[in-house]
Amino acid sequence: MREVITRYGRHNIGFLWLFVEPMMFTLGVTTLWILAGAAHGSDLPIAAFALTGYSTVLLWRNMPGRCSGAIESNLSLMYHRHVKVIDIFASRILLEMAGTTASFITLAVAFTAVGLIEPPEDILKIMLAWCMLAWFGAALSLLVGGLSERTEIIEKLWHPTSYLLFPLSGAAFMVDWLPSEAQEFILFLPMVHSVELLREGYFGVAVHAHYDMAYMGVANLCLTLLGISQVRVVSRTVMPE
Amino acid sequence: MIQLTNVVKRYHTRSGQITVLDHINLHIAQGEKVGILGRNGAGKSTLIRMISGAERPTSGNITRDMSVSWPLAFGGAFQGSLTGLDNLRFICRVYGTSTEDKIPFVQEFSELGKYLREPVKTYSSGMRARLAFAISMVVEFDCFLIDEIIAVGDARFHEKCQYELFEKRKDRAMILVSHDPGFIREHCQHASVLVRGKMTSFDDLDVAFDYYNEHASETTYA
Repeated sequence: MREVITRYGRHNIGFLWLFVEPMMFTLGVTTLWILAGAAHGSDLPIAAFALTGYSTVLLWRNMPGRCSGAIESNLSLMYHRHVKVIDIFASRILLEMAGTTASFITLAVAFTAVGLIEPPEDILKIMLAWCMLAWFGAALSLLVGGLSERTEIIEKLWHPTSYLLFPLSGAAFMVDWLPSEAQEFILFLPMVHSVELLREGYFGVAVHAHYDMAYMGVANLCLTLLGISQVRVVSRTVMPE
Repeated sequence: MIQLTNVVKRYHTRSGQITVLDHINLHIAQGEKVGILGRNGAGKSTLIRMISGAERPTSGNITRDMSVSWPLAFGGAFQGSLTGLDNLRFICRVYGTSTEDKIPFVQEFSELGKYLREPVKTYSSGMRARLAFAISMVVEFDCFLIDEIIAVGDARFHEKCQYELFEKRKDRAMILVSHDPGFIREHCQHASVLVRGKMTSFDDLDVAFDYYNEHASETTYA
């Protein structure tokens, strides 16, 4: 809650920005994709495709972005024994997660209501995919956040990395459209599995999704362990202002 | 009781590792008041941060059997973009006490008036110190860690602080850090002197001061 106030202040629409911001992103991208519609060469409804694609990107990209350098700006709070490094990360992760999730749900409901997209085929699959992706994002956040505390390079590297990963993340394509050699490579990226599952949940049999949630689970687990180990290292060396 | 056993703290610097604190042992009993003397950069604040638990020692052990405050210092410990009031709420939540009944006290003590609802980063350093002290007095601890906080504000505020801390809370343990022997003499029973990362404890204040003065001319960064 403190994090909320710090970030959005007590003025005007304040914390509404939390989900208005990602919503504007997704809306903008969706509009662009609709306008450029012909380019994507499949018969999937473009609005739903853009919504499912771009929301997922925001989910895994924003959390690490918020966590890199998080300790730096909260150093003065580290004076208090009860405030741990993990608390600071956790508050930012939860906040970002809530924001992107709220934005995704709001937009999906709104689009459905105005008839721009069809209701999803299988909500449970979507929820599972969303949760797995949120887990992925959270684990990545711990890793990026922890590492960024040790060296500034990480913070600099994260921006280009996340940009490069964006087109590869499955947001703008289905794995099935790729040549099979490319498929193998692209499926090394954990988030692709989740995006595929989400799409299957949304479009049902209209798409042929490639995913392996067990692989993603293992990848997430490894990432989480790495992340937590980094957080531990950092919490041993952190020095309040 | 607080017990420090063989506490070592090293920092990385560009010219390699430096040992700030070298095998420190210290024992503080309930209600005991200990002064820690040392020149600027001798490691006093580092030591007090480790006692508070904000930083961890490189090696060695720290046991705390009583509740210990955060290092009470001029500013620090607050979030600049939050208002004074929100900072109070935050502290109360972190230390698990109720907030609403504390507001009048902080309002009155800090004399901040309507500024209490402005972000802390807009405060002057004097205002910040008044807020810091008022909030520090809101949560009750068995042991207070005091990092030269008293040398703050005008004479009248100074007096108020003295009363709150040393009169109303004279049954508590305190660790006072200072390079001012007079201040330590006024409030402490024992003193320890930090010289080049080594700490020597004295039961008698006068002996401690002699030792401090003897080493005062030595450079800290050898």
